[in-house]
Amino acid sequence: MAIDVAPRVGAGGAPRKGRAVRLSTRDRIAITVMVGVPLLVVGAFIWFPTIASIGLSFTNWDGIGGISSAHWVGTRNYHEIATIYPPFWPAVEHNIIWLGFLVFVATPLGLLLAYELDKNIRGTRIYQSVFFLPVVLSFAIIGFIWELIYSPTQGLINNLITNTAHGHVIDWLGNPKLNLWAVLVAVGWRHAGYIMILYLAGLKAVDPSLREAAAIDGAGEWHAFRTVVFPALRPINIVIVVVTVIEALRAFDIVYIINRGRNGLELLSVLVTDNIIGEASRVGYGSSIAVILIVISIVPIVVFVWNSFQERIS
Amino acid sequence: MPDESSPSAAGRMTRRGMLATAGAGGVAAAYGLTAGRARGAVPTWLQSELAGTVTFGSNASDPVPKQAYANVMKAFTKKTGIKVAINTVDHNTFQEQINTYLQGRPQDVFTWFAGYRMQFFAQKGLLSPIDDVWASLAPSFSPAMKAASKGLDGHYYFVPIYNYPWAVFYRKSLFAKNGYTIPKTWDQFIALAKQMKSDGLTPIAFTDKDGWPAMGTFDILNMRINGYQFHVNLMAGKQAWDSAQVKAVFKQWQELLPYYSSGALGLTWEEGAQQLVNKQAGMYLLGSFVAQQATDPADHADLDFFPYPSINSKWGQDSLDAPIDGFLMSKHPKNAAGAKQLLAYLGSAAAENIYLKSDPNDTGANKNVSTAHYSTLQVKAAKLIAGAKHIAQYMDRDTRPDFASTVMIPALQQFLNNPNDINGLTSSIQKQKVAIFGS
Repeated sequence: MAIDVAPRVGAGGAPRKGRAVRLSTRDRIAITVMVGVPLLVVGAFIWFPTIASIGLSFTNWDGIGGISSAHWVGTRNYHEIATIYPPFWPAVEHNIIWLGFLVFVATPLGLLLAYELDKNIRGTRIYQSVFFLPVVLSFAIIGFIWELIYSPTQGLINNLITNTAHGHVIDWLGNPKLNLWAVLVAVGWRHAGYIMILYLAGLKAVDPSLREAAAIDGAGEWHAFRTVVFPALRPINIVIVVVTVIEALRAFDIVYIINRGRNGLELLSVLVTDNIIGEASRVGYGSSIAVILIVISIVPIVVFVWNSFQERIS
Repeated sequence: MPDESSPSAAGRMTRRGMLATAGAGGVAAAYGLTAGRARGAVPTWLQSELAGTVTFGSNASDPVPKQAYANVMKAFTKKTGIKVAINTVDHNTFQEQINTYLQGRPQDVFTWFAGYRMQFFAQKGLLSPIDDVWASLAPSFSPAMKAASKGLDGHYYFVPIYNYPWAVFYRKSLFAKNGYTIPKTWDQFIALAKQMKSDGLTPIAFTDKDGWPAMGTFDILNMRINGYQFHVNLMAGKQAWDSAQVKAVFKQWQELLPYYSSGALGLTWEEGAQQLVNKQAGMYLLGSFVAQQATDPADHADLDFFPYPSINSKWGQDSLDAPIDGFLMSKHPKNAAGAKQLLAYLGSAAAENIYLKSDPNDTGANKNVSTAHYSTLQVKAAKLIAGAKHIAQYMDRDTRPDFASTVMIPALQQFLNNPNDINGLTSSIQKQKVAIFGS
């Protein structure tokens, strides 16, 4: 790239300081285009909407008529969301449970699968395909598949374990104490496969001699994994953390397919959609929830960016 | 299906913001943000081409009604020489996108619902009044239909085509076999439910995974206990939700809960209908579309219904939910004269006859509709509606769309989960109602 060939000796013969170089006009144009176009795209499709959302979140705009019909209401939307909007706190809680489940259950499960399959056991390719299969399905399809499994009267599980015609059925999707966990099983089913593939790629990159050395030194399998293999996976671990956090925050489709994200399956993304899209059209109110989601999303992003800068410095 | 994740949801919302901001700057003409400007953007040669065509936006995406509309439009073209360009959109998508649809380039005439759900858009200036169309239609419609077709400003906006009643459905053969009789009062209703339970049936099929079916029970209980006028005022935001009257409705509702399908919040209305059709459940309060699930003609013929039992003798059985479907004209139709001709035709008995021939679950809105093709169920439904003193449109059509979807659906589901906290529930609804209605 143009910029990397920069530290050349200047025309005057004296070496230039640092990386500052005189660029040809062509280089300048190339750089302007290469930086400017993405910048414009990012500005128009990410920053402008984000800032517009923040602005709208302080209004009561109903999406009908121009923005001039919106009234400034200050922080009233935020106040109402926190105090009198019943689905809000459950949604926050569910997003946190979702993240916790992915971090502490689904991701370790994916790692375990990857670690075992990396040992080249017989039929490893078949197992890999089986575990990876859900990843190629969209969450909408996954929601549909699991709906058929969980349905109280017509579903697979209840028909296997109880008599659905009489007596009490287990209401997997309708009982608000149960349905989040039922859905998380489906989510974990997909997430573990995703993580497994990422870790498999990571494990292939771990130098086998490290493990041999650990084995010769008499380290048990768990010990070797914890002190030798896992630290060697550090670069992939960062990717995994980012992927997991993103998956938890953007969760939407599966609950929307199952019961439109109500009755125990509330998520912040669903509340944004419920208020803005559809007939409700409470654009201002929904924007406030979106802004709350933005703020929550920024936390892990900042941590990640800060971490990777730290690493580059050291 | 693309991921409907939060960033894209936020993006969609702000896309509207962008359009609106652009509109303020006058750029919107190119986007057709308002139909008026969009009309200016249509080249003249195309306008003259369009003069002989009316555009029709339809939410009838199911094959049967889709074909029915195609037949109606064919007859209209034959009669008047005006062509109709039909644009059919998936039923739910059409509903979800109505806001953007009406502010974009809506077709001249489009399908919609009566009630506040129509009046809201009329009030927002997104519809054309059609009083001149009604000058010819008026004699063919009942006063209730006429009232349901007017906006809050007293002008006509809506042409009804059909409606369908909400009533308690049951299987005649099951009632005959077990010697059940039709309950007329609440006590008889509860006694029958008890009897059915001891006979090993689910007395009342009830499902609310979709969120909206529970509204039907609230509506009818409220109308039976507090009367139609209170119900309409409550829906319009003129009554408090934490009042003794509303609490009485939930209190009454509690008595029904032991007789409901187990796992009701995890069941769709179709699954409830299957319970009824398979004789696992004895009764089911639903719209007459429940009969669609009885695909075997013998089962279909065995279905019957009775009006919801009376609770307060002051009101008896004088009201019911019977939502009306019909048509509206957009604010700036490209072909206003043709659109009005089409609306007048759609309101005629001739058009409704063609439509209803292929739809065995609804009843015609026009008084002069031929009942020769009606099934026994349709005849009975028409009689029930005609005999009712008051007709409501169903909660999600009678109140503000944002209140129905973001407040009432979660609130009713919360009641079903935790039926004992009526005070907490009603005060929560009331607070949100004040926030949305502004008083």
